[in-house]
Amino acid sequence: MPKVTVDGITVEVPAGSNVLQACELAGKEIPRFCYHERLSVAGNCRMCLVEIEKAPPKPISSCSYPVADGMVVHTDSPMVRAARRGVMEFLLINHPLDCPICDQGGECDLQDQAVGYGMDHTRYGENKRAVKDKYLGPLVKTVMTRCIHCTRCIRFAAEVAGTPELGATARGESMEVGTYIEHALTSELSGNLIDICPVGALTSKPYAFVARPWELRKTDSIDVLDATGANIRIDARGPEVLRILPRVNDDVNEEWLGDKSRFAIDGLRRKRLDSCWVRRDSKLHRASWAEAFDAIAARIDGVHGDRIGAVAGDLCDAESMLALRDLMATLGSQNLDCRQDGAALDASRRDFYLFNTTIAGIEEADAILLVGTNPRHEAPLINARIRKRWLATGAHMPILGIGPEVPLTYDVRWLGNTPRLLNDLGDAAGLLRDAKRPMLVLGQGALRRPDGAAILAAAWRVATDHGMLTGDWHGFNVLHTAAARVGGMDLGFLPGPRGKPLAGMLDGGVEVLWLLGADEIAPERIGRNTFVIYQGHHGDRGAARADVILPGAAYTEKNGTYVNTEGRVQRGFFATYPPGQAREDWKILRAFSDRIGRRLPYDTIEALRARLEQINPVFARLDASPRFGISDPAGPAGDPAAVGDAAFALPIESYYQTDPISRASPTMAECTTTYRPVAAVAAE
Amino acid sequence: MAEEIEQPVHFAFDAESEAEIATHLAKYPPGRQASAVIPLLYVVQAQMKRSTGSAWVPRVAMDAVAARLGMPPIRVYEVATFYLMFNTRPIGKFHLQVCTTTPCWLRGSDEVTAACRKATGIKAWGETSADGMFTMTEVECVGACVNAPILQVDDDFYEDMDAARTEALLAALRRGERPPAGSMAGRQGSAPEGGPTTLLEPTVAE
Repeated sequence: MPKVTVDGITVEVPAGSNVLQACELAGKEIPRFCYHERLSVAGNCRMCLVEIEKAPPKPISSCSYPVADGMVVHTDSPMVRAARRGVMEFLLINHPLDCPICDQGGECDLQDQAVGYGMDHTRYGENKRAVKDKYLGPLVKTVMTRCIHCTRCIRFAAEVAGTPELGATARGESMEVGTYIEHALTSELSGNLIDICPVGALTSKPYAFVARPWELRKTDSIDVLDATGANIRIDARGPEVLRILPRVNDDVNEEWLGDKSRFAIDGLRRKRLDSCWVRRDSKLHRASWAEAFDAIAARIDGVHGDRIGAVAGDLCDAESMLALRDLMATLGSQNLDCRQDGAALDASRRDFYLFNTTIAGIEEADAILLVGTNPRHEAPLINARIRKRWLATGAHMPILGIGPEVPLTYDVRWLGNTPRLLNDLGDAAGLLRDAKRPMLVLGQGALRRPDGAAILAAAWRVATDHGMLTGDWHGFNVLHTAAARVGGMDLGFLPGPRGKPLAGMLDGGVEVLWLLGADEIAPERIGRNTFVIYQGHHGDRGAARADVILPGAAYTEKNGTYVNTEGRVQRGFFATYPPGQAREDWKILRAFSDRIGRRLPYDTIEALRARLEQINPVFARLDASPRFGISDPAGPAGDPAAVGDAAFALPIESYYQTDPISRASPTMAECTTTYRPVAAVAAE
Repeated sequence: MAEEIEQPVHFAFDAESEAEIATHLAKYPPGRQASAVIPLLYVVQAQMKRSTGSAWVPRVAMDAVAARLGMPPIRVYEVATFYLMFNTRPIGKFHLQVCTTTPCWLRGSDEVTAACRKATGIKAWGETSADGMFTMTEVECVGACVNAPILQVDDDFYEDMDAARTEALLAALRRGERPPAGSMAGRQGSAPEGGPTTLLEPTVAE
């Protein structure tokens, strides 16, 4: 590895690094605008200039200069400082002095670096350039006069998002960044443009003029609006969550975040359940906790455990699901289900329902088969990872698809849309067999159907037959759409030996049904005389059908454990208080158990977590998703030959509205309206 | 940004263009067709000149180029707007490109400009004359400084211009004539005015 001396500090850097990376390794901060470690190198902002001995005697842009052994770099010489001041002066010539009204203020690279390299006055007496603002859709606000032409957004859209819609048109002083023909960006990752823009040219539209960064209370958490488990930071002021930003986790979301996860937060303020409600005379009335508990206790008194059921929804934390499971056990009920879409997930072995390759593992795959899934909507960050891998293979990696043809951000060879293809891949089988590390992604659209179990088994057989399951590679993947699902499966929120699954609980299968944030069940499927208890945070479908409503906490309002689709256990932290009477969900269940004299054996969340670990040791292993091969190739129960003919239907109609929070969000509603015509055209 | 001008709603390559496109595409290996974007934009501009009399590149044509070369439309927009040789809005029948860079300016490009304005009635750069015959554009150095000043009409260089020659040239163009391109002062190539001063006698190496 080449040795480089930076300001007298000698560091060893990997061959192929650039000088900027070497300087960072030596602990020297290099100012930059256009350079971004996850994007291609542009080298056009000129801010990262350094001086290199025995190189051409001029300032050299460190981001685009490769290291060589024995190189001596100066990052703070008079030449370097003068050069950077010159660059800064040019950048500021056409940059408006509107920091006081700019949303980037306080977290602006240009503002920060102008402190180091800017002058206290301008020598430029001409008129500044003004640029018309562009419309990029309901999420990204533009003030294009502030643009310094770093081209990060252009590179992000083309490389990471895979929607090359942004470009730099015209040239010189007339150069403008935009879409040329005005239209909303069609990416599910467009919010990341706001993060990568080093100035205030691209800012968040919903967050415009709302707050300054130093006013915000920052809390680390986990996103629950899809099953990727993206690491997020919740920025709140007082009782309100004002924005959500991604945190860096290279194994999960890198530093990106899907638009729904980022912008659905205005749904946290609307349609909230802030008090208990009890139905009397077919109308819901506000009630106190005691009244609500009394109503439930009175109704379940004397009901046999077999006639009581519980369903956990898509956004639940593991703690509350465990508390509900334990509560049901004390009532003698085994009627539990966390699969409110009825997906035929097989809980007998953990790798039957996980994304076993892991998200980071996608970068080792060399062939992918997508079955009944649209990863772009179901998990945009996993889709971005597939695209990253596809680009890394020179866009040559074979990606095959069985299911409805959807526009993805890489080339897919669609084999057709019938599950029968799983039993006969035709000539595509060769592509998978020739690959060294092929993987299969099974979407929920393939499992939530009557022949789901058969499809699961058939997919597993495809994996075994095509070398996807080896001692050091597990290429069988289930792509979940619900953040709670894997956690629920792990802690056994499933029908017991004598218990009924969801289908058995519907249509009057139980007398009392406890819905823990379960909003995806069609109300008419619940029996007319079934007594429904809805515990959750939004007045959505579940609450509308409920006889008693218990107001719970949304994911930003509680400490919770979530398991993502690859089986990674992560914890989110409490950021704001739930509104009104609402409480953390496990506490509600614990309090109710006390009311009916069957007190659950934990008083603190630590004790509850100890119980979680006792149920399944995976809950003790935080933020880890160890890669593993396969030792037992036996597949899930189910007859692969029993797959039906029906075409796959995708689980997500509109990416922007999938759960009670995003359905309550005006921003997401606007996105759905904005992007609907595009989707309609694509579907034709 | 696309300015508000009337854009055609349809564009298709004609047979002549298709033949030319085939020769351009043959130059690049498979998967590298995007390299042909500049030649194809010229093909579009030439076809527009043939079919409408105005050499410009409408938006639908850029989309057609993008589709033909398998590249995102924005990448074509970038190229077409970057190079001033591509007109992204309709122009007159003749494109008068006056070089005003220093050598031409020193040699009297102001005079050429004024003569063009007088003859066409055009007030400012980029405008088209009322009769739709001429569009005047200011261009940077066209690389023919030795014969400055230059007036480029479409693809032809008219060199050693002055006011009188400009007026005569434009009058000829109006009449439908196309004077031969090159020095208007009668120079041979870029040889000195009045004829060559060196290498007058042929010497044969023995």
